[in-house]
Amino acid sequence: MSIKTIAGVNVDVNDEGYMTDASQWNKDVAAGIAAEEGVELTDTHFELMDWIREKVATGDTLTLRGIGKSGVVDAKQFYKMYPGAPLKKATKIAGVPKPTSCI
Amino acid sequence: MKRLLILGAGTAGTMMANKMRNNLERDEWDITIVDQFKTHYYQPGFLFIPFGMYTKKDVIKPKSDFFPVGVNVIYSKIDKIVADDNQVLLDDGVVLKYDYLIIATGTRTAPEEVDGLKDKLWYKDIFDFYTIEGAVALANYFKTWKGGNLVVNIAELPYKCPVAPLEFVFFADAFFTERGMRDKVKIIYVTPMSGAFTKPRATKMLGDLLEQKNIEIVPDFNIMEVNNDEKKIIDYGGVEVPFDCLVSVPTNMGDSMIERSGLGDDMNFVPTDKHTLQQKDHENIFVIGDASNIPTSKAGSVAHFASEILEENLMCAIEGRPYTASFDGHANCYIETGYGKGTLIDFNYDTEPLPGSFPFPGLGPFGLLKVTRMNHYGKLLFRWIYWHILLKGKEMPIDSEMQMAGKKL
Repeated sequence: MSIKTIAGVNVDVNDEGYMTDASQWNKDVAAGIAAEEGVELTDTHFELMDWIREKVATGDTLTLRGIGKSGVVDAKQFYKMYPGAPLKKATKIAGVPKPTSCI
Repeated sequence: MKRLLILGAGTAGTMMANKMRNNLERDEWDITIVDQFKTHYYQPGFLFIPFGMYTKKDVIKPKSDFFPVGVNVIYSKIDKIVADDNQVLLDDGVVLKYDYLIIATGTRTAPEEVDGLKDKLWYKDIFDFYTIEGAVALANYFKTWKGGNLVVNIAELPYKCPVAPLEFVFFADAFFTERGMRDKVKIIYVTPMSGAFTKPRATKMLGDLLEQKNIEIVPDFNIMEVNNDEKKIIDYGGVEVPFDCLVSVPTNMGDSMIERSGLGDDMNFVPTDKHTLQQKDHENIFVIGDASNIPTSKAGSVAHFASEILEENLMCAIEGRPYTASFDGHANCYIETGYGKGTLIDFNYDTEPLPGSFPFPGLGPFGLLKVTRMNHYGKLLFRWIYWHILLKGKEMPIDSEMQMAGKKL
């Protein structure tokens, strides 16, 4: 656990750089994390981030399937928006915990 | 008469029928169990079939062998649960009323969820081994296969028996080595996870085993489609893996009856309290085994440990007492690693698989996260235990709650 300054805001992050306090998040912080991850944010990114944050707030598990059914984007677009590791990047930028997969 | 209704007579439902018939007076409680199929499959045995170690007859018995006296058995498809009316509608129009309901309808493979998977190469060069049909077809295919890229792909999480595809590639390595053609077979493990398993220590140990056995791993691969003409699988990020033989662990989904009943999540698993095993919205409905959405492995061992918790909590509910048992997500998986050896993992919601000995601290006889001959014997012995002890709901000398004794942090 450490504190990191992103876009002029001090935020709590874990070892992997995921924010641990959702209330510290704002759009500028998101843009700051996105820049580090090499993602350029569009309106669709923010729309999806709202959906993700809402989903996580209600305690639901985030999955690729769920995002594909979000009505905001489909799975293919999601990959284009966050190249490489979409679910990991999208959650990091949205200021929510990294999704854990339980098997 | 009060009524307990159990939907599904697989591992979990059969265990619960046996346990509850023992607990509930026959002149007060009517117990009914419903399943559409008459055959009970020993599913852990499917893995052994493609490699000629078991045949179909080794893994099937009539379900009727395992029901206790005094339980009504109905072989029928289920239309839906009408939870608000405490009743279940069967396909032929029969209505079953219940005071308490146990959902144990499990999970099924849904190859139709991935484009091109169940297409013209299905059971020609593309197989699954989670169904008896797939396992037998693959056994026949391997008898004459000349080699090439053997790709094992997990379509999506969660899936039943999370270690099975790893065991499959370990077995494949040994099988093709023993046949003198390992140099002609490239084994590739393609997974949506970031490594061989989810938790750090087991991932490291199992990842090292893959490397030692010359099995390539392609992680973070979320399959989008199977191209049958060019024989390759493609993920959403555009990564392609060519195959000569594709062995798929298709998407797993709960029974479609769950969807018709409006009780499922987007994969038809039933939202369930992970500690009490009660369905989220209805006090008289409980869920056990693969049918639930609790965040642990979909595996027989989990159903077994959970059955002891559910037995206790269901009796609490019936007798109007607060719940006294809480499920910890305990899972215990023997992992075949080939050449007559195996390893073992034991974990729960909060504790990752750790090294050590099991079930007796320091003594074993089984080794956790170690490759030993004894672990392999444990797995083979388990088939006997399954048919003779476990399904009949008898006590096993293993705690339902995961134990830390014998584990090294």
